[in-house]
Parts: sequence; C-alpha cells; structure tokens
Amino acid sequence: MSPDIHPQAAGDIYPQAARSVHGDGTQTAHPPAHPNNIGQDVIRQDSSRREPRLLAAGPDAGWEQHLDTFGHWDPQAAGPGLLEALAAAGLTGRGGAAFETWRKASAAAGSGRKGLFPARPVVIANGAEGEPLSFKDRTLLARAPHLVIDGLLAMAAALGGAGMYVYAQAASLPRIQQALTERPGARKIRVVEAPETFISGESSAVVNMIANGIAVPMDQRRRLSESGLNGRPTVVVNVETLAQVALIARYGAQWFRQAGTSTDTGTRLVSVSGPAPVRDVVLEVPGGAQLSAVLQEAGMDPASLSAVLVGGYHGRWVRPAAHVLSPVGPPDGTARPGAGVIHALDLQICGVQATARIVTYLAGGSARQCGPCMFGLPAMASVLNRIAGGEINSRLIFELDRLGRMVSSRGACRHPEGTTGLVSSALEVFAADFRAHLSGYCAGPGGVAA
Amino acid sequence: MTTYLHIDWTSCDGRGLCTELLPAVLARDDWGYPVARGKVGRERTDVPLRDADREAAQEAVFLCPKLALSLLERTPPKPEQRTPGR
Ligand code: SF4
Ligand code: SF4
Repeated sequence: MSPDIHPQAAGDIYPQAARSVHGDGTQTAHPPAHPNNIGQDVIRQDSSRREPRLLAAGPDAGWEQHLDTFGHWDPQAAGPGLLEALAAAGLTGRGGAAFETWRKASAAAGSGRKGLFPARPVVIANGAEGEPLSFKDRTLLARAPHLVIDGLLAMAAALGGAGMYVYAQAASLPRIQQALTERPGARKIRVVEAPETFISGESSAVVNMIANGIAVPMDQRRRLSESGLNGRPTVVVNVETLAQVALIARYGAQWFRQAGTSTDTGTRLVSVSGPAPVRDVVLEVPGGAQLSAVLQEAGMDPASLSAVLVGGYHGRWVRPAAHVLSPVGPPDGTARPGAGVIHALDLQICGVQATARIVTYLAGGSARQCGPCMFGLPAMASVLNRIAGGEINSRLIFELDRLGRMVSSRGACRHPEGTTGLVSSALEVFAADFRAHLSGYCAGPGGVAA
Repeated sequence: MTTYLHIDWTSCDGRGLCTELLPAVLARDDWGYPVARGKVGRERTDVPLRDADREAAQEAVFLCPKLALSLLERTPPKPEQRTPGR
C-alpha cells in the first residue's frame, strides 16, 4: 500500500457525483443531496446513485471549485452558536475516540474563559495518520483541503479567535500550503509536519510535537482542554471531523442528521482495504451502515472473508456477518469504526499470524517512554509469535492474557489498551485457529503444518 | 473530593520505591513498575487513595527519584465519562 495510489483509487469511487458537479455547469450553492435517510442497508441498493458530502467537490477541489460546490460562506458567521449546532448534529470525533465534538470544544472554551487573564485557546487540525491501514485523512486533505480549513476557521471563531494549526504528514503538506495561499482568511494558520510514526497523531503527541518538536505522548496530569499547547486550552480535532464541522456550519444540524441513524448521525469516511485484487478505497458511508454492505461496496464478497479488522490496529477483529458500523450500540453486532479503518482478511490467511504481525508492529510503535508499554508490548508480541510459529504449549494463551491484563491502562497514552483490545478480539474471533496452532497445525499458507 | 496518586509513566523507571512505601496500594509488575492493586482502567494511572494511605503516598511523592508521582484532588468522574482530548 503506497500512499500515492490512494488518492487515485479514491478518485474513482464517485464517478457519477464528480460528473454531476462538473457536468451541469451551474453553481450548486446548496447542500449536496444525500438520499440516505435511514442509513442501514440503503447503501447497498443505492450505492451507485449516492452522492458524497465531504468529497462532493470532485477529485482535487481548488478554491473556486470548492465555492462552486458548497457555496460562499463566512466561517466567522457561525460564531458561538456553532457549538450548539454541533451538539444538535450529534457529531462525534472521526479520529478514533468518537468523543462528542461539541463537548471537547466546550471544555476548551470554558477553560479559556477562566481566570484573570483568559488564555486564548488553540485548535489543531490533526491529519497525522500513523496507522498503516488508514488513508482517508490524507485522501480528504488531498481532495478537499478547503473543507478542512473551513472547519478549522469556524471552530477557531467559535472559540473566540483561537490559534490555529494544521498538523499532517509531509506528503499532505504541499496541497495544504497551496490551499492556504489560494483563499482569504487563512494566513494565520500554521502548518506543522507530523513524523510518520504510529503514535504521532495521539493528541498529546501532537501538542508535544508542535511545542517541542518531539512527537511522543506527554504525561497528562492536566487535560489538554485545560492546559495544552504552551499551557493554553487546546483542542486537537481530526481533519475529517473539521470537514464535517464545516458542513454543519453551512447547512445545519438537521441536514447533517439526514444521513446516519439517530445515535450515529451523519456520514463518515472509511479506509477500506482487503485481499488482492481489491483496491484500497476511501468510502463515505452513513452512520450505522452495515459492515457487509460497506465491504460489498468496496468490491468484496463478505462470504469470502474470514475476519475483518475494524477500527485499525487499535481496533478489533470481527466476523464479517451482521455487524453495524457505529461507535455506539450493543457489543455483539456493533463494530466501532475508530479511526475509520476496515481491513478484510482472506479465508486463506491465518488470523493468528496476521495478529502476531500487527502486534509486532505495535510493539515497535511504542514510544518507549512508559515501562509497561515498552516491556509489555514486546512480551506480548513474542508470545504471539511463538504461538504463530507453532510452539505447542497451551500455557502461552494464559501468558498472553496475563500480559494483556498487566499492561492495560498503564501508560501515558492508550497504546497499551489499544493493543490488548486487538489481542483479546483475536483470541475470541480466531479461537479455533489458536487451538489449532497450539496442537501443532495451522490452517493458513506458510503455517506450521500447511 | 478524592485524593489520587498520579503515576507519570513517562518518568517512572520502575525501581519500586513507591511499592515498598505503599504495599497495600501498589504491587510490582514483571519489570518492577508499580501496579495499582485491584484497579482497572484510568484508576491504574490515577490511583484513588484511602485516607489511611495518604501519608505514605505523600512520602512516596517526595522520595520518588524520578519525580514520577504526584497527588491530585479531584471529584471522581462519573462512570462512562471519558476524558476529552485523549
Ligand atoms: S504508553 Fe507506550 S506509546 Fe504511549 S506514551 Fe507510553 S510508551 Fe509511548
Ligand atoms: S518510586 Fe517513582 S520511579 Fe520508582 S517505581 Fe515508583 S514511581 Fe517509578
């Protein structure tokens, strides 16, 4: 998966919408239509006619094209009412934690107003995507940078003129810089390069990088919303979340809620990848979409898959059947999208080996600051690799479980929890494969007895 | 208000002085780092203290060679309430 193919792959997803925008030649200064009122299942029947929201302006939207598609609008106009609109819209963060965006912003606004000399808050647009299976944020930044900037300007205005930063990896920077120069009102936005490490997008790592040039998480005795960048109340917001903010600021909460379900409103971008020849694609799917429908839209047959990694390396393995993609809902039957990663595993591939590879990667991705993470994750990876490698020792499972319980929630960031969550889902979903391994054979190619 | 013992994992080097001062609160893991006994989730990093443990905790804060410990006074968060910005 090289990053340069992603924008191209994404460019082909909405051929019809792109035509409708360019073809009629008229200015569409109204919200892009979105016929999915119910969200679930509709996506399958409707996918060819479905019009995107975030990527509505076409494959590489410059300033003029952006205005043609979304209409003229003043980011200042939203004002403090914006946070209310975000609450009414039910927007949640699209970067992983799915925290309500208005709460996060209000916390910073509240801290900023406290005290004798109120501190001006800071808003950081976070486009760092350290997750190897995620590419929706860089696709969005390449295709619709102005929507992200709109959202950043609106959010900063709503917080009473907050300082503004865009934080993204090197490949995204030229497009962002260009977008900042071709539009008015964006001169005050500073751009900071994110290193390409797994952990560089963690909120306190983002603040640490901008403040000190070190992209590793900081101990958070106080919350970022109280004391973040240079001690100022700080909100780190995922770039897709900001693009959604821009749409809500323009068209309102009710329009936003026309897609998705009552508990998972609006749409979200997902980075979908799977076994060859399936191409990596970015899809915009309504809240509460069926996982199987999303897989089909990406060109896969759910029946031909053994498992799907939802939410990325800090996510969970699930069976492709009957799961709804949503941050809220009953644990069985709901797959939390996290940072919007959906990665399908071939029936031929051994889940134990796939998990061992990922956990090895995550152990290497530890910022090596916190003991339980620095020692615990490599220990977990080593046990998994021993199981994957065919060691017949049933105690290894208990050891894996013990290590998981030992490291979880003990670190400056959620890296240990994210990793143990993934492992526990593997133990559940690949239970049969683990049993097979521990009795000396493996169902996958390259396996112990294959 | 509850007093919490905050462990800064980025500073702690796991020599275990705190676990000696607070044996009822902290155990040691495989590598010598403190583990809050019987706690899950956030409470393993911000460890709630009983009044009886406060004095020993204060001492641990003073004696920790890495300045990795501190005391926090906070109203306990409602269950389910997640920390923004994390
Ligand atoms: S928990 Fe791990 S990844 Fe997170 S700051 Fe500590 S060492 Fe780094
Ligand atoms: S005394 Fe300080 S450095 Fe030593 S284990 Fe405890 S917290 Fe870590």
